[in-house]
Amino acid sequence: MNEPLLQVTDLQKFFPVAGAGIFSRERGTNKAVNGLSFTLHKGETLGLVGESGCGKSTAGRTVLKLYDPTAGSIKFEGEEISGYSNAQMKPLRTKMQMIFQDPQSSLNPRQSVGAIIGASYEVHKINPEGGVKRAVQGLLERVGLNAEHYDRYPHEFSGGQRQRIGIARAIALNPKFIVCDEPVSALDVSIQAQVVNLLTDIRDEFGMAYLFIAHDLSVVQHISDRVGVMYLGKMMEIAPTESIYSTPHHPYTKALLSAVPIPDPQLERKREQIVLTGELPSPMKPPTGCVFSTRCWKAQAKCFEVEPLLQKVGQAEVACHFPE
Amino acid sequence: MSLLQVRDLKVSFKTPDGVVNAVAGVSFDLKAGETLAIVGESGSGKSVSNLAYMGLLPTAKTTITGSVILKTDAGEVDLIGLPNEEMRKIRGKDIAMIFQDPMSALHPYYTIGDQLIEAHQVHNEVDKSVSRDRAIELLSLVGVADPAERLKAYPHQFSGGMRQRVMIAMALMNNPKVLIADEPTTALDVTVQAQILKLLSDLQKKFAMAVILITHDLGVVAGSADRVNVMYGGRLVESAEVNALYKKPMMPYTVGLLDSIPRMDQGHGKRLRAIPGQPPSLITLGQGCAFAARCDRKAELPDGTCDTNPELKAVESGHLVRCHLYDRKAASK
Repeated sequence: MNEPLLQVTDLQKFFPVAGAGIFSRERGTNKAVNGLSFTLHKGETLGLVGESGCGKSTAGRTVLKLYDPTAGSIKFEGEEISGYSNAQMKPLRTKMQMIFQDPQSSLNPRQSVGAIIGASYEVHKINPEGGVKRAVQGLLERVGLNAEHYDRYPHEFSGGQRQRIGIARAIALNPKFIVCDEPVSALDVSIQAQVVNLLTDIRDEFGMAYLFIAHDLSVVQHISDRVGVMYLGKMMEIAPTESIYSTPHHPYTKALLSAVPIPDPQLERKREQIVLTGELPSPMKPPTGCVFSTRCWKAQAKCFEVEPLLQKVGQAEVACHFPE
Repeated sequence: MSLLQVRDLKVSFKTPDGVVNAVAGVSFDLKAGETLAIVGESGSGKSVSNLAYMGLLPTAKTTITGSVILKTDAGEVDLIGLPNEEMRKIRGKDIAMIFQDPMSALHPYYTIGDQLIEAHQVHNEVDKSVSRDRAIELLSLVGVADPAERLKAYPHQFSGGMRQRVMIAMALMNNPKVLIADEPTTALDVTVQAQILKLLSDLQKKFAMAVILITHDLGVVAGSADRVNVMYGGRLVESAEVNALYKKPMMPYTVGLLDSIPRMDQGHGKRLRAIPGQPPSLITLGQGCAFAARCDRKAELPDGTCDTNPELKAVESGHLVRCHLYDRKAASK
């Protein structure tokens, strides 16, 4: 568990933003991920939370090299992959996989389930024991579907079942690392619980590490060993799950957690909430100093000038000048 | 009489695959000033029932029966089968609606001001400047800074949370008695959701409105609702006052739903109790209990009991349940 599988240091991913007209030149840069560092250990689940636009999905895709990073280092099993070409990445793809949010658009509607899952073997020229069909049918059963589903097409399945197909595809090559990008947020509550349980079982069975990206803080708490909180492309706080949910140190973490409603009317109505004022600043023009300073109730002069770096506070690492 | 009285509402759609019985006989009352939450998963009929009596479903392939009586200033009106011109006088005035996605509910080509003023003009024969003042008043009430200036802005110039505020302002232009909020915070981030829910509850008191809150989020329900209707397979399966429902859910579906959500106050790592199986197809759903195929307590009853659809009965005062497990208890009451 203590061996680092993935080490991300000062990762940046900027997107050019075009001007208003077709012929106008680049108007600015969207600093989606702006100096992100974290480590993921073997078999560990790191939850990545934050509001829309905080860069959590971009971070997930960049560490898989689906986007080329603008700057920074990504080390997978000690190997620096940030500069790798697609061809150099290909052998590594058997070890790193992804599960997407929308099981509707992430499965090719014109391919049968067998072809979708079997493609992993084909692309990497791997011959599983007993043949591809047997292997795929085994996977289907493992994720709670039927071997007979092999010849069916994605539209014949419900949302929850389609997500199971996506999971079967991701685990086909027995990867060491899976980026789960909002894997349950498109599902109904009762189905969501089925899929969360499946993801937990598979992790425990195969010993994979997950980077679990989600906006639902309760689901993240449930599945993660550690949790990182992002805001405007930066890590605000990263800590073991128990510690971050019981004693958040960063004001933003505190506000975020206090906004999550609890499904119990008596607790919910006497709970103290921190309602954040103002709007999320544009990632094209992030505030100077601490990026959260414009909405923070504890901000002082220093916060508007000096950017806080992640520092150890108790069990957590916190990027704040005045941690709680 | 209560403000809104829904009786045996049925909605079905003709599709190439067969008739979809989206709502199969729903009855409930809405009292003035209360918040009624309607909870259910996709396809449970929670949204369709409200679209039906708002007159917002396409008429060609839809069959709507039952009655929905609304108390208006002009007397009691049955909204089902009301001609379009009559409906238009009520919609947006006595009963208003806000939707999940404010981007697609607002017109992208017109300014916020145009849309707010129009909402007032269609129901009031007043000078445009009066409507404009009303629009400014409402925008500042929902927390849009610099409202007079913002009237000139287009929807795309607002963030998601701000657009939802504009939607709320538009819905309240004519002091409606009933506000239907269909997943009003589902598309929003948690911190923004908290802002919008607080705003809605403040405005509800100020305007003395009744709110029908349609949502799948049991956390949101716990914080806002007075009473909760749980829907499954197009049927109302449980209805109770909010504390009673969370403390003592009775219908096995409600129990399962509450058990299957991960809860932040209950720590990490505990296995979730998922409901096995999938929601039923509304085309092939037969005469039996809609939840029977997924129910873990069916075995407690004699074979075949769940092949008939149970009635919605009061098991305790104010607590209605549609389940054969409570047949005897309800009968003895």
